[in-house]
Amino acid sequence: MTFKLFNLLVQASVWTIGISAISIVIGFILALGLSAALLSARKLYRRPAEFFISFFRGVPLLVQLLLIYNLLPFIGLNVPSIVAAIVGMSLCTAAYQAENLRGGFESVPKGFIEAADMAGLSPRQIFMRIKAPIALRLTFPALVNEAIMILKSSSLVSVVGIVEITRMAQDLASSTYMPIEIFSSAAIIYLAICWIVAMTGKYVERSLPGAVK
Amino acid sequence: MTLPAISVQNLVKRFGTSTVLEAINLTIPAGQVSCLIGPSGSGKSTLLRCLAFLEEASEGMITVNGEALGFFENSRGERERLPLAQIRRVRSQIGMVFQQFNLWPHMTALGNVAEALKTVHKAPKAEAEERALAQLTKVGLANRAGHYPSQLSGGQQQRVAIARALALQPKIMLFDEPTSALDPELTGEVLNVMRDLATEGMTMVVVSHEIGFAATVAQQISFLDQGRILFAGAPGHVFAKPRHPRLEQFLDTYLDRGASMLV
Repeated sequence: MTFKLFNLLVQASVWTIGISAISIVIGFILALGLSAALLSARKLYRRPAEFFISFFRGVPLLVQLLLIYNLLPFIGLNVPSIVAAIVGMSLCTAAYQAENLRGGFESVPKGFIEAADMAGLSPRQIFMRIKAPIALRLTFPALVNEAIMILKSSSLVSVVGIVEITRMAQDLASSTYMPIEIFSSAAIIYLAICWIVAMTGKYVERSLPGAVK
Repeated sequence: MTLPAISVQNLVKRFGTSTVLEAINLTIPAGQVSCLIGPSGSGKSTLLRCLAFLEEASEGMITVNGEALGFFENSRGERERLPLAQIRRVRSQIGMVFQQFNLWPHMTALGNVAEALKTVHKAPKAEAEERALAQLTKVGLANRAGHYPSQLSGGQQQRVAIARALALQPKIMLFDEPTSALDPELTGEVLNVMRDLATEGMTMVVVSHEIGFAATVAQQISFLDQGRILFAGAPGHVFAKPRHPRLEQFLDTYLDRGASMLV
């Protein structure tokens, strides 16, 4: 196992990190809308969101990726495979993040809202100043968890031809006949990335205003 | 005769099929302390929450300084809900202190007190914080202004909550079992703040299990049982013997909570 081979894996990790980060962000934005729909009093909004979530949580990500990868050209959208990968991962994480957010918003103690109501804050102000910040704090650990899950799940995008860590490792293993060294190195790189995410998450969590230290 | 701070007429509150408050008539005089006492489940907290419009009464009228709160009787004699803006305006005269403090955990003590001054009253940040600090000083917590709720004791949190309500200059303060969530040695500091407030002439409605406080600070006591006000009057009158048998029974359970001097 040479430094050169290891370096190729590290270079491939840029794809792993990039696709995961973009998917988490897009997924989060989608999840905000989805969770609002889930919490809506109107079935018209709630039902489609529930359907979306049950689909993307109920179908394996690998199948979703293959489906999207083949479906997009079929309906006339010839997009690069990286787009298919990001779409698949974003939709999948959006479903999970939406459920997290819904739980977070539902866990904001009613008393905090009543106190804000008594202080004269408008419903919009209550949402922006009280509900959203508290819900986001409550869901932050779950968000970090989801980021780690997505980082690992990104190995699946190798099936649509993206040369991220796993695909690179497979290619290198078959051309060098050093599968144990190569896959061990890949494992260490995944572990390092996830460890950094977890530590950063802990640090941010501790430094949020009002956090219990 | 001066206008009562709050007047309640024929209030009924139902949750589904169960009636928790029935035929409540109550007058809260301005500048006085009125205590609502009674056993658990008697409806006293629900009544207080109706006065704050956190619960909507099923029937009856509430007026605050002569203005209808929430509902009014229209020209055809029907009960009609007031527009939201008016409800908010009438309610802005009322400050509320909760059993669980309900301080916003992501804001400092100062932030909690200054929040509505900034967002609702649109005061500039510096002015809002100056006024907030003045309120914290009043409850003896100026040196805790930068602390988050999680860094404060229960008694301190409740004093911040009182300061938060006072900062909005309410005409009436409602207290919903303000010391029930506190360790016994911390209740004193909260009750002292409330005593000071009473001395200043604040109109206060207090739901409390602190019979001692009710007996010494309140001008008016209402005893609730099973959703009705069984009787009401000045403490000297209410606690004088012979007492209502239901009150006697209730006080027996409070012998060691400051009521011993009365029995």
